[in-house]
Amino acid sequence: MKDKACIVGVGATGFCRGEGSGKSLHGLQLEAALAALADAGLRAGQVDGIMPFPNLGTAEGFAASLGCENLRFATTVNMGGAAPVASLGVAAAAVSSGLADYVLMPAGWNGYSGSRAGAIVQEMTASIPGGAIARDFYLPHGLVAPPQWYALIARRHMHEYGTTAEQLGAVALAMRKHAQLNPAAVMHGKSMTMEQYLASPMITDPYRLFDCCLETDGAAACVVTTTERARDLARPPVYISGVASAQPYPADEITGREDIFRTGLTVAAPRAFEMAGVKPADADFAQVYDCFTFEVVQQLEEAGFCARGEGGAFVQEGRIELGGELPVNTHGGLLSEAHVLGMGHVVEAVRQLRGEAAGRQVADASLGVVTGWGDFGDGSIAVLRN
Amino acid sequence: MADGGKKKAVGLPLPLMQGLHGEFYRHCAAGRLSFQRCSDCGRWRHVPREICPACSSWNWSWEQSSGRGTVFTYTITERSMHPAFAERCPYAVVVVEMEEGVRLLSRVVDCPPSELEIGAGVTVDFLSLESPAAGADDRQGEQAPGQEEIVLPVFRLA
Ligand SMILES: [Zn+2]
Repeated sequence: MKDKACIVGVGATGFCRGEGSGKSLHGLQLEAALAALADAGLRAGQVDGIMPFPNLGTAEGFAASLGCENLRFATTVNMGGAAPVASLGVAAAAVSSGLADYVLMPAGWNGYSGSRAGAIVQEMTASIPGGAIARDFYLPHGLVAPPQWYALIARRHMHEYGTTAEQLGAVALAMRKHAQLNPAAVMHGKSMTMEQYLASPMITDPYRLFDCCLETDGAAACVVTTTERARDLARPPVYISGVASAQPYPADEITGREDIFRTGLTVAAPRAFEMAGVKPADADFAQVYDCFTFEVVQQLEEAGFCARGEGGAFVQEGRIELGGELPVNTHGGLLSEAHVLGMGHVVEAVRQLRGEAAGRQVADASLGVVTGWGDFGDGSIAVLRN
Repeated sequence: MADGGKKKAVGLPLPLMQGLHGEFYRHCAAGRLSFQRCSDCGRWRHVPREICPACSSWNWSWEQSSGRGTVFTYTITERSMHPAFAERCPYAVVVVEMEEGVRLLSRVVDCPPSELEIGAGVTVDFLSLESPAAGADDRQGEQAPGQEEIVLPVFRLA
């Protein structure tokens, strides 16, 4: 499947908190979808494949609004925040096998003005990964929300490898620094120091407020087609060179895993790099799903950018900042740009590979990595090149 | 929370006493911490599963745990993420690794959160929750059906 499909269009809405987007969940994603289609130089009616984000809309609904009269590929990858990058793989397989010509992938939500994460936890217990397991074994003891699930892994990592609060802080600071170079970022104009990071209130140990992703309104989208079709379109194609997704084991229970650090990405990453025929060290940047700071450390380890246990040191000394060894989340990520469910990371990777990232451009970027993380550690990864 | 001071009691989330999960909790109500153990390969397992993930056997029995384990990891929740736990903040959610090898999500009832340590020895105890029937009016449909007593496995420092 290497280089058989390309990302040919990306788009995003503005990102905000405060008064909110003023758009419906559907309308917000339509705005991003139309932007991605315009970017590609495609008419909405040409889309014949749609892959919505889990629980945020249906392919039928998007097709109806967009006038897609020939929808013939409609599916959703049920991996939470790992879905957009995992969907790149499914879309690439779909277009390269002829199941669809142009696959649209919208993602977005009114994460600030609509259903806040906390409310979702209360109202949608059944939608928590592991469903009845979480209800019967986690909730009665007060384990109710994602920061707590992942904090359990982070705390164990700190115990086994000596990972420190300052190292988690280095992740938060790098994302915040990058947001200062991204006018679209919600945290643009709001810089942060390590002192401010360490002084932020503890949410669920070891996660402080500034270890946690933003809750924002916004959407993003991309369009995937075959390499042949991509050559006729408006923008320089970005090739999907390697892509893979995988589940942790077991995927429905997060506390009992024999190796608590083994996640979906542990399985997926070697496959994606092998497909692309490159090594992690070949990447010019990585857009890493940063729901919380430690998940960046963990994914850098499990994707093979450094050895397990070395992620804490890896993120320090500016190594993951622009100008460093591996710039991570050059847009600011979920921590400092906006929470667009991982699609923002795809959009940023494409912009970097097209040389459109303006003040935050990675010089001569030709190969980049994007990861996704969702539910109880589902993982996805794409190796993209220009 | 933007409740504007309007307080609505929210019931503690309780396990539904159904299927194998219900059987697990009924053992707790009888004062035993029991886990499934495969009759063919001998592997202990938790959470309950219908067949053995190691050997695919359908044969198993509930076997009583020694009740001894160690703290494997934990998180101390200081900001409420669910109204039912708001008044307990800060509270620790603890993963205990049992001598039998299985891990169990629980809490340590006699240790201030700030004094918790990974590796600390713990032994099981049982916490009886108020009968779901009591105060059911305040709940949001989360209570277990019937009048059954619900007993959670909790831990004390060894
Ligand atoms: Zn067995």
